[in-house]
Amino acid sequence: MTVWIAIGVTAVGCYAVKLLGLLVPAGALERPLVRRLAALLPVALLAALTAQQTFADGRELVLDARAAGVAAAAVALLLRAPFLLVVAAAVVVTAGVRAMGG
Amino acid sequence: MTEQTALPDAPGTGVAGAKPDAAVVRDALGVGVAVGLSGFAFGVTSAGSGLGLAQTCALSLLVFTGASQFALVGALAAGGNPLTAAAGAFFLGVRNAFYGLRLSQLLALPRAVRPFAAQWVIDETTAVALTQPTRRGVRIGFTVTGLTLYVLWNLTTLLGALGAEAIGDTDAWGLDAAGPAVFLALLAPMLKNTTERAVAALAVLLGLGLLPVLPAGVPVLVAALAAPLVLWARGRRAGGAEAAAGRGAAEGENER
Repeated sequence: MTVWIAIGVTAVGCYAVKLLGLLVPAGALERPLVRRLAALLPVALLAALTAQQTFADGRELVLDARAAGVAAAAVALLLRAPFLLVVAAAVVVTAGVRAMGG
Repeated sequence: MTEQTALPDAPGTGVAGAKPDAAVVRDALGVGVAVGLSGFAFGVTSAGSGLGLAQTCALSLLVFTGASQFALVGALAAGGNPLTAAAGAFFLGVRNAFYGLRLSQLLALPRAVRPFAAQWVIDETTAVALTQPTRRGVRIGFTVTGLTLYVLWNLTTLLGALGAEAIGDTDAWGLDAAGPAVFLALLAPMLKNTTERAVAALAVLLGLGLLPVLPAGVPVLVAALAAPLVLWARGRRAGGAEAAAGRGAAEGENER
């Protein structure tokens, strides 16, 4: 039951913030600074999420096979590989490094 | 400062980089399929964390924002209080409000449609929509990415939960690297000028540096402050000189 409560609260909360962004009146966004900020926020959030999901193990920072996988993804991106190939490179290299005991 | 949002309604109106609908659909399908398939990793992780099949599927259907879903099942598996677990997932989901803020300008949806579009306001749909040069492209990109991703993410979540026992240790298959690779692929096209790179670098430092000291989900929110901090620092360095306005405008144009 407690799991269902957590799911319900998360679902309602996450939907509410998604809708909030779409409903904020356009007038509030006319200022250049607000638009500039709205454009830069995804950059900050995606960068932080990438770093955390690569190096975080719970609340500790670790260097493991994921770093090699994400590095491979970065190389694939520099080579302008398609999206699927970028993700596949990360998964395959991570699995490979782990298989070798990394 | 040039506005990225002043989009023409039709393609081919002199915008550099205007592209045919088929190219937009291809971009959208690429992201939708790749990320949609990674729902498998969520299904496996969620089932492995002790959630039931219905609970796992409900998360993908109703929450539909990957990072929050992973955060929630992780917190619940660690024996966290359900409200604390939900709070962490919610904090991660708050970024979607900022995406919505940006998308509502680009999509220009009628008010009645917004509650239905809202569930699809996530990292991937935003990233695809933001890289389209025209409003038509933005709408096609958002819709195709959203639909593909929603259908596949839920389907693969179900399959992942069912197959969790068969596959065993998902980390051994490297599936935990899919998440950060997806985020990196979404981020890369946004890093076009020094302002954006500075924001990304500062966000990485904040996100990693604060991870050991703040509750789960909070460091990412603090890292979002990199955006206003860098804008403020650049504004200060410009020192109100007239030249700054010109430089800012030139930089804005580089973004597309």
